[in-house]
Amino acid sequence: MLILQCPYCGIQCDETELAPGGQAHLKRHGPGSSDEDFEAYLFDRDNPMGVHFERWRHANGCGKWFLAARCTTTLEVFGTYSAQTTEPPAEIADRIRARRPNWEGRT
Amino acid sequence: MRRYSAFAIAREALRHHTGWNRAWRSRDPKKHYKVIVIGAGGHGLATAYYLGKNYGIRDIAVLEKGWLGGGNTGRNTTIIRSNYLQDPSAAIYEKSRSLYETFSQDVNYNAMFSPRGVLMLAQTHHEVRGYQRTAHANALQGVETEFVGPERVKEIVPIINIDGPRYPVLGALWQPRGGTARHDAVAWGYARACSGMGMDIIQKCEVTGVRSDGGTVTGVTTTKGDIACDKLAIVVAGHSGHLAGMAGFRLPIESVALQALVSEPIKPCMDCVVMANTVHGYMSQSDKGEMVIGGGADGYNNYTQRGSFHHVEETVRALVETFPMISRLKMMRQWGGIVDMTGDRSPIISKTPLGNTFINCGWGTGGFKSIPGSGWAMAELVAKGEPGPLAAEFGLDRFREGRFIDESVAAGVAH
Ligand SMILES: Cc1cc2nc3c(=O)[nH]c(=O)nc-3n(C[C@H](O)[C@H](O)[C@H](O)COP(=O)(O)OP(=O)(O)OC[C@H]3O[C@@H](n4cnc5c(N)ncnc54)[C@H](O)[C@@H]3O)c2cc1C
Ligand SMILES: [Zn+2]
Repeated sequence: MLILQCPYCGIQCDETELAPGGQAHLKRHGPGSSDEDFEAYLFDRDNPMGVHFERWRHANGCGKWFLAARCTTTLEVFGTYSAQTTEPPAEIADRIRARRPNWEGRT
Repeated sequence: MRRYSAFAIAREALRHHTGWNRAWRSRDPKKHYKVIVIGAGGHGLATAYYLGKNYGIRDIAVLEKGWLGGGNTGRNTTIIRSNYLQDPSAAIYEKSRSLYETFSQDVNYNAMFSPRGVLMLAQTHHEVRGYQRTAHANALQGVETEFVGPERVKEIVPIINIDGPRYPVLGALWQPRGGTARHDAVAWGYARACSGMGMDIIQKCEVTGVRSDGGTVTGVTTTKGDIACDKLAIVVAGHSGHLAGMAGFRLPIESVALQALVSEPIKPCMDCVVMANTVHGYMSQSDKGEMVIGGGADGYNNYTQRGSFHHVEETVRALVETFPMISRLKMMRQWGGIVDMTGDRSPIISKTPLGNTFINCGWGTGGFKSIPGSGWAMAELVAKGEPGPLAAEFGLDRFREGRFIDESVAAGVAH
């Protein structure tokens, strides 16, 4: 069972308490952007084998969205953090590098 | 390739079964092939088979990182149906279903296709209207389906509880010519037929890189060395995003786990497939007597071929409500596969930004039923370089142009 800590209430939530929300840190492209950018924003996804940043909602709890860094091949959780960020915080990136020395960072 | 037949069985019986050959040859890869297919699941093997059969292209290698059919093709619950809502879907799934009818004769391998009928329950008024609409659409598409009332449902499946506490059965979409087939046999049958045409099926050969020159593919790097090719077909289901990354493009796909489970074997009690999309579960009975059960997919990216237990619980809960007699059954095995989900829940059969490179993916939770039709359409695309009528609507460009083939409403549950 996947367990993530909600960064707002500090509770260890098992996944039945959470709702997954897909890839995090998508750069929004709206009216006026190119067709390519708009398509990529709506549909193209990273889907890596390895480190993945994603959105979760503490649905059966405080109801807030937060972000998580997780490995899709081992299900290891590197950490969770506030959704009010455009990049993973440095401490999360450091923790990932410590566990995955070959990680190339977010591309 | 020796043909399998009643005569062959009699002959071998007389000489203590010493004359059977291996079903397909194993060999190390050659330096160059006209076409390389990555992925020996059903879709990859069917692509190779129809390239040989329909287009006479036989200088083909099918590369598989694990063993043949070890991906989703050997992990699914084998439901075959073609009662989709949108015209492009109905066309390719119905082509596929009809190819399944003659599969065993065509490839000379018994896939045990069993057109036992598929019943999709309507348990909300919204679903009743949805399936009535699908039945009308199917009538126009030439796909034989019928919307039936609860009494008829009870007649078809006597063990069902039509007065469930939460969601009584209000009717169902019935496709009498849908059913099941033996999944391994589909992979093995195509592999044997491909090998018989002189193609190489190479297992334990993982593709680790795609090589190109001036925007056109030249070959692949594998754990068994570099192999050159004129054309490349990527047919790797859950790993499509990973392979697309090697070939230098992105996909509108997320890979998630989908699980299934089987019960201990019991006496025959249900001779069709029942799907209950509102409560998220479906069930059929295998020839061995096991109840074969599946439900919803997990919601987060995952490559581990393991899913979350609460989905199994949700599925079983739904089915106990629908079939009270199974409440005491022991479940024997449970497993997961990694399925490739697109934004509109329809597949991709397409050219790619890399020259002479084609991709077939996005079948998600429902691509066993489509193996022959998809291979047929993909072979045409690879052979001619342009999609034929079956594949034309399933191009990658539909996402840019907003021409979705929206089946997410028509199929609320994974199957
Ligand atoms: C639990 C479950 C139940 C399902 N139930 C149904 C159902 O009832 N009806 C239905 O129609 N569909 C069902 N499906 C969906 C169906 O199984 C799939 O859509 C279909 O099998 C996909 O076939 P494929 O050939 O594309 O993929 P796969 O069979 O997964 O084949 C892809 C192959 O590519 C190989 N590969 C990956 N990466 C590489 C690499 N780098 N190099 C070489 N090889 C590589 C993999 O090892 C794999 O063997 C179900 C799926 C699951 C998981
Ligand atoms: Zn919370």
